[in-house]
Amino acid sequence: MAQREPGFETLAVHAGSPPDPTTGARQTPIYQTTSFVFDDTDHAASLFNLQVPGFIYSRLTNPTVAALEERCAALENGIGATATASGHAAQILALFPLMSPGDNIIAANKLYGGSINQMGHSYKKFGWGATFVDPDDPDNFKAEITGRTKAIFIESLANPGGVVTDLEAIAKVAHDAGIVLIVDNTMATPYLCRPFEYGADIIVHSTTKFLSGNGSSVGGVVIDSGTYDWFQNDKYPSLTSPAPEYHGLTFAESFGNLSYTLYGHAVGLRDLGASQSPMNAYLTLLGIETLPLRMERHCANAQVVAEYLKGHDAVSWVSYAGLKEDKYHDLAARYIPKGAGAVFTFGLKGGFDTGIAFVEALELFSHLANIGDSRSLVIHPASTTHRQLTEEQLIAAGAGPEVVRLSIGIESIDDILADLAQAFDRCATASSG
Amino acid sequence: MDHDTYTDDYIRGILRETRTIGLVGASANWNRPSFFAMKYLQTKNFRVIPVNPGLAGQTLLGETVFGSLTDIDVSVDMVDIFRNSEAAGLVTDDAIAIGAKIVWMQLSVRNDGAAKTAEAAGLKVVMNRCPKIEYARLSGELSWNGFNSRVITSKRRRM
Repeated sequence: MAQREPGFETLAVHAGSPPDPTTGARQTPIYQTTSFVFDDTDHAASLFNLQVPGFIYSRLTNPTVAALEERCAALENGIGATATASGHAAQILALFPLMSPGDNIIAANKLYGGSINQMGHSYKKFGWGATFVDPDDPDNFKAEITGRTKAIFIESLANPGGVVTDLEAIAKVAHDAGIVLIVDNTMATPYLCRPFEYGADIIVHSTTKFLSGNGSSVGGVVIDSGTYDWFQNDKYPSLTSPAPEYHGLTFAESFGNLSYTLYGHAVGLRDLGASQSPMNAYLTLLGIETLPLRMERHCANAQVVAEYLKGHDAVSWVSYAGLKEDKYHDLAARYIPKGAGAVFTFGLKGGFDTGIAFVEALELFSHLANIGDSRSLVIHPASTTHRQLTEEQLIAAGAGPEVVRLSIGIESIDDILADLAQAFDRCATASSG
Repeated sequence: MDHDTYTDDYIRGILRETRTIGLVGASANWNRPSFFAMKYLQTKNFRVIPVNPGLAGQTLLGETVFGSLTDIDVSVDMVDIFRNSEAAGLVTDDAIAIGAKIVWMQLSVRNDGAAKTAEAAGLKVVMNRCPKIEYARLSGELSWNGFNSRVITSKRRRM
């Protein structure tokens, strides 16, 4: 008899979290410890040589963090995951097994502004290059690929613009060039979209957002599909040539399709040190239990708010793929049919100053630099998250001066609409008086 | 039987009924996958008898290496094949000849003809899997490194 495949909602509650083997504790315990004892020196040697699984030091692996890793891998239907201290750390960890100095990536120009900064500026310090292209035409990636290009990096649902990316077409461009496609799936979450089904090789998340869901814990995760054949070319020597510090072990040979994730822990976290804390992993695990329920409500509320804004006189445009007339509506129907997410932007008639006034007039929405909280959030990207970008980059990233970004929470929809209405009224009164 | 997917019960049953493994294609090189598998399975109380004609008579992880399966002087429950898919055919014939109960072909090793022959002779067959990974997956140890075990249970995990 075929084995039952558990549903997404079941995985969200159970994956990675069977009862504790020693105590029977049903909720995953917080293993708040730096280190783990060795049975004897031979055991220690086997652990350091990666010959037997086991815990050494929480910078590398930790049982609570491992539960989060397995939960995330299960939700994305990947083979394994590496949890990190933040979403930004996840992006570096994702690239670390793939890149050498002189290599580059091709990234979408519609990304979270912080990612554009990280890739465009700080990556240079590793000798890594980043070229940004408009993801609306998959051929734009193809045109920029060189012999030193090691990955394409996109967001499935881009922050902040509500841009839906054609995953399948871009995966084909990557695979035709023999390189991996990395997808940041933070905004969609695996509840709305599972990029591995469309050919992505690696997924990254800022778990800070919808996965944790309650604004409590910064964290990230890198998930491997386990389907990329590292030996298909010579582009990834970190995995396919001997590692001197592991006495000549070749990761992809010894560990096959587990190698990328093992490298993420045994080299990435070992040397970059951006590990997630057990406490944050625990809080994120708690959050993920309710991810499907929250996402349903987030999306339902966001759809109502988008339609409300679309009909409002003070609003010049709304960029939400859930709206029928939206440019990305067809792609949304294909890739995120259960809902177009809860983060989107709209334009205020009046521009930069009106944007600031509107944000400051809101009383239920919290003015802060995060998304995916259970609370409704608002920000004016041009004056905050995206302020380090040039004017040209701001517009390309969908964060022009008139743009307001909302992250719609799971509060009563009537209260969310009432807060927006009173803020519009106060802005109107201020500008007429 | 279907050799694209196996149920956890099928794999668990095989690992539970196995005590002695003849490991064909054993390596003395510590970073070869066959060495990893042998060392790990020994820690789980399997007796692993290495087979490699080039190393016959040498000692590997405390066990004497045999030149072929048919030279082994004790009863072997499972034959674990670290050879290519074609070579797995002749190894399977030997496995049947020595009365093994299970033929297990490693990741990327698959020989459907050999599988049919083994099954007709009453053996169980697993292909394109690794017993180390399967043991670690079902026992929960693979999860320690962030891997997806695909096991959902409200009971304490055990092999």
